[in-house]
Amino acid sequence: MRQKAALYTALVAGALATTFPFVWMVATGFKTLQEATSTRLVLWPEHWQWHNFVETFRAAPFGVYFFNSFAVGFTVTAAVVVTSLMAGYAFARLEFPGKRVVFGAVLATMMVPFEVTLIPNFALIHKLGWYNTYPALIVPWCANAFSVFLMRQAFLGLPGDYFDAAIVDGCGHLRFLARIAAPLVKPMMVTVGLFAFLGSYNSLIWPLVVTSEDTMRVVQVGLTVFSGAEGVRIHLLMCASAIVIAPTVALYFAAQKYFLEGSLGSGIKG
Amino acid sequence: MDEVLDRLRARSLRDAPVALFLLAPALGILGAFGMLPLGYALYMSLFGGRHGRGAYVGLANFVEALTSPAFWKSFLVTVYYAAGTIPVTMALSFAVAYALFRIVRGRSLLRTVYFLPYVTSAVAAAMVWRAILHPRFGLANALLEGAGLGPLPWLLEPRGVLYVLTGGYVPAHVGPSLALCCVVLFEIWHASGFMVVIFLAGLTAIPRELEEAARIDGAGPLQVIRNVTLPLLSPTIFFLAIVSVIKSFQAFNSFYALTGDGRGPADSTQNLTVYIYSNFYEYQRWGYGAAVATLLCAAIVALTVLQWRFVGRRVHYE
Repeated sequence: MRQKAALYTALVAGALATTFPFVWMVATGFKTLQEATSTRLVLWPEHWQWHNFVETFRAAPFGVYFFNSFAVGFTVTAAVVVTSLMAGYAFARLEFPGKRVVFGAVLATMMVPFEVTLIPNFALIHKLGWYNTYPALIVPWCANAFSVFLMRQAFLGLPGDYFDAAIVDGCGHLRFLARIAAPLVKPMMVTVGLFAFLGSYNSLIWPLVVTSEDTMRVVQVGLTVFSGAEGVRIHLLMCASAIVIAPTVALYFAAQKYFLEGSLGSGIKG
Repeated sequence: MDEVLDRLRARSLRDAPVALFLLAPALGILGAFGMLPLGYALYMSLFGGRHGRGAYVGLANFVEALTSPAFWKSFLVTVYYAAGTIPVTMALSFAVAYALFRIVRGRSLLRTVYFLPYVTSAVAAAMVWRAILHPRFGLANALLEGAGLGPLPWLLEPRGVLYVLTGGYVPAHVGPSLALCCVVLFEIWHASGFMVVIFLAGLTAIPRELEEAARIDGAGPLQVIRNVTLPLLSPTIFFLAIVSVIKSFQAFNSFYALTGDGRGPADSTQNLTVYIYSNFYEYQRWGYGAAVATLLCAAIVALTVLQWRFVGRRVHYE
């Protein structure tokens, strides 16, 4: 009994320490500048300064940043789900010459560190004339090996009888995939989609490198620029950080099952 | 038998057009942005000048990197970072996962909370840490002051953490800087949740009987963990070790967001990724950047192979 109490105490203390920076961020984000920069140890604002929210959007074009991040994120998510659904089905259920070699090559791209592809891809974007455009932010991320791998696993997990029955009935592969197989692997589609969105929304180095105009910036880049320019106005910086984090935290709590089990998938497959 | 093979072959050819159609989008993108750049990077690394448009210089970029003090300093920062984050994150996550495993009520809620930092953007989270570690009005220094200690410059301190802790007894240039240690702490906080979830899954999957047997034979709780639980978890530990070594050699976002430019005070937080980024993006030295990136890639592959060879052998699969 005493052991259980000690376990709970330690775990709750750890959880509080883990969440403390977020609590502090929200509290500071709604303080006055004077409160935020005072060295008195007070966590909560005396009066919640809700207009900080408005002021943050006035201090930098966060509306534009958000529009860009969401536009890029949703497009990438939709594209990743479609490309990995198609490729995953082909690798799981079709026979074609060179299948093993091609699948091996796809998996090999997972092991290439992004630093190596960074400079060549930047040069390629330049040659295509995509610098400072949406295609530069979107197209390179429309497929990834891990999503293809996960979708393939999902299709392999379905009973083979479905496939045989459908083929015997004269249903072509494409119609079968769209009508029957895809709905059956919906949970995996959700997992793949959520991680694609999260990866896109949280990415920094690529959007930092391929955009330079304020109108093309995504929130992560916008926030780093904002912190350089407004570093002293800590309350607004915290408010901006809280606003940037909010969508992902909401998404996480709404779909935590998919996030937690999705990372499990990546763990067990090691 | 021949008939079966013939049927298979016929099917394989009949499926080929559909397969090609289904694979084209994924393969096109992965080929253009995942595979081709590898060859292109090697090619670029052979040219000098700005924007990769300089003269062919052979292996000069590689020679320059391997003889440059800045390169080796960045390499050392990368090593400090890996050595600082991986063992601590692993030990801490295992302790949390083990504790979570021993309780029933509230387990999934606590798991959700511990995982939270992992899904939040490193950039936004870094802003909070910067504010907490602010030299003038940060919370950390307010706490130090409350404890009767002097303030520290935290992320702005280029001198060694050992120098700071020993009050100047250890020379300032020895060991990682205090700024780098702040980045390490941040990363431990930001990435532990992932390992907690993986460890917890590993713990749920291993058979209970052996632990029971050991306990009945009179082994204490720590002995059970050391001699039974950890060996049974070795595939999980091995997987996490490989993944986190690779990740730590590619870290960028937390360095960049915490220090404003990645390099930090007196370049003391410049790891290899930041070094590549600044050569490529700030100095436009594409060929040199590509050469360093190639070296980094080789280092990652070599480390992974070494881990497979020497640690992988000791992993205990059922």
